[in-house]
Amino acid sequence: MIRVVLPPHLRTLAQVDGEVTLVVPAGGPVTSGAVLDALEARYPMLRGTIRDHVTARRRPFLRFFACARDLTHEPPDAPLPDAVVAGAEPFLVVGAIAGG
Amino acid sequence: MSRVRLLVGTRKGAFILTADAKRSRWNVSGPHFAGWEIYHVKGSPADPNRVYASQSSGWFGQVIQRSCDGGKTWETPGGGMTKTAEGMPAGESNKFVYDVSPETGKPLTTHQWYDGTQHPWEFKRVWHLEPSRSDPDTVYAGVEDAGLFRTSDGGKTWGEVAGLRGHGTGPKWQPGAGGMCLHTILLDPKNPQRIFVAISAAGAFRTDDGGTTWKPINRGLHSQYIPDPTAEVGHCVHRIALHRSRPNVLFMQKHWDVMRSDDAGDSWREVSGNLPTDFGFVIDVHAHEPDTIYVVPIKSDSEHYPPDGRLRVYRSRSGGNEWEALTQGLPQRDCYVNVLRDAMAVDSLEPCGVYFGTTGGQVYASADAGDSWAPVVRDLPAVLSVEVQTLP
Repeated sequence: MIRVVLPPHLRTLAQVDGEVTLVVPAGGPVTSGAVLDALEARYPMLRGTIRDHVTARRRPFLRFFACARDLTHEPPDAPLPDAVVAGAEPFLVVGAIAGG
Repeated sequence: MSRVRLLVGTRKGAFILTADAKRSRWNVSGPHFAGWEIYHVKGSPADPNRVYASQSSGWFGQVIQRSCDGGKTWETPGGGMTKTAEGMPAGESNKFVYDVSPETGKPLTTHQWYDGTQHPWEFKRVWHLEPSRSDPDTVYAGVEDAGLFRTSDGGKTWGEVAGLRGHGTGPKWQPGAGGMCLHTILLDPKNPQRIFVAISAAGAFRTDDGGTTWKPINRGLHSQYIPDPTAEVGHCVHRIALHRSRPNVLFMQKHWDVMRSDDAGDSWREVSGNLPTDFGFVIDVHAHEPDTIYVVPIKSDSEHYPPDGRLRVYRSRSGGNEWEALTQGLPQRDCYVNVLRDAMAVDSLEPCGVYFGTTGGQVYASADAGDSWAPVVRDLPAVLSVEVQTLP
């Protein structure tokens, strides 16, 4: 079970409180791409809000953190830390400090 | 008794303001979608309880919201879980993807970038939503980078009306200071095949076959800020308006100049007349008097506030050229707000109500066709758009 923390606006949009827990399909490494696939499958209204609809690239003002590390610039197919895979630590989607 | 519902989009959410036909006491609902930019909110003429909102943010991109109860509750069409026959999630939401050439798979066209090079189209946001006059599930969306999209399933899926970008002048379009946006969509009330759109900075365009083919309609426009001031495209049109009884007559607020066409845009003539400045963004037409039009003059393209710090609506009862200042109830000193292009609307009550919102967060209403004004609210976030529904 993967734990995901969304920024407040996306929690409102997805109509969830607190963390989201997801099952990432077995058969491959647990990556940020796989987690976001599972997130968007369960909450289709989030499609396009974290990754571009067409390119699937991260939107510029969003960051991915876990285990006190910035994973934003890791490839989407890079394995996530074991603590995230084990559900001990959440995968954080964070709005960058920008705008007003 | 009739009543009115104002749909107000702001930099930090949407607000719904309601009043009875006297239009003197208002109820304020909101913010809806708090913290998001709401470029536009508009109701369906075919079903006034069906309301669409364009919600966007620099962080999270574009979201379309839909209400079926006049704005009390909202949903993201296509955002709910549905499954295909194979059991896979099939939800679609907020997806605006430009068409590509069916022959090559490449983008239909490119547009001019700030440095003069050609640049591919990149979707940024929906500026304007225009629901069909007859079908609550059909809506047109004007987007940045400039293009026209249409949904016929209530906002679940959107497809480009690609003939507009594909008609050939795309490489000459260029972004203005606010981006390259399609901000005006006018559905001809008498001819369902005819649509007018306006783009900054490209100009006005018309289709007479329901969107398959388009042509520029900018003859008579004169713009000093482009190399050829009378070019076919490149003009920064800020807004177009028409009266439903006479859709061949169009009124335009351009970057500079207030213009009029009596032949559905085939030719234009200037009707700025005695305006203190003919720069501005909004223009609208009285609900019952096709020759009574309203603008809010703004000092200049580099000083986006009213001349002399006096907020004045100007009204012409002669279809242009002769204008009178409407000031009663509006601040006449130290006022330095702007009124953006989608931020004026008229109701269809008698007398006609006129409404506009400012970047200072005020929404002003006139229940007597502009003779006098009063603020409905004073302290909203910067107002991006104002629409009004006249309800039975």
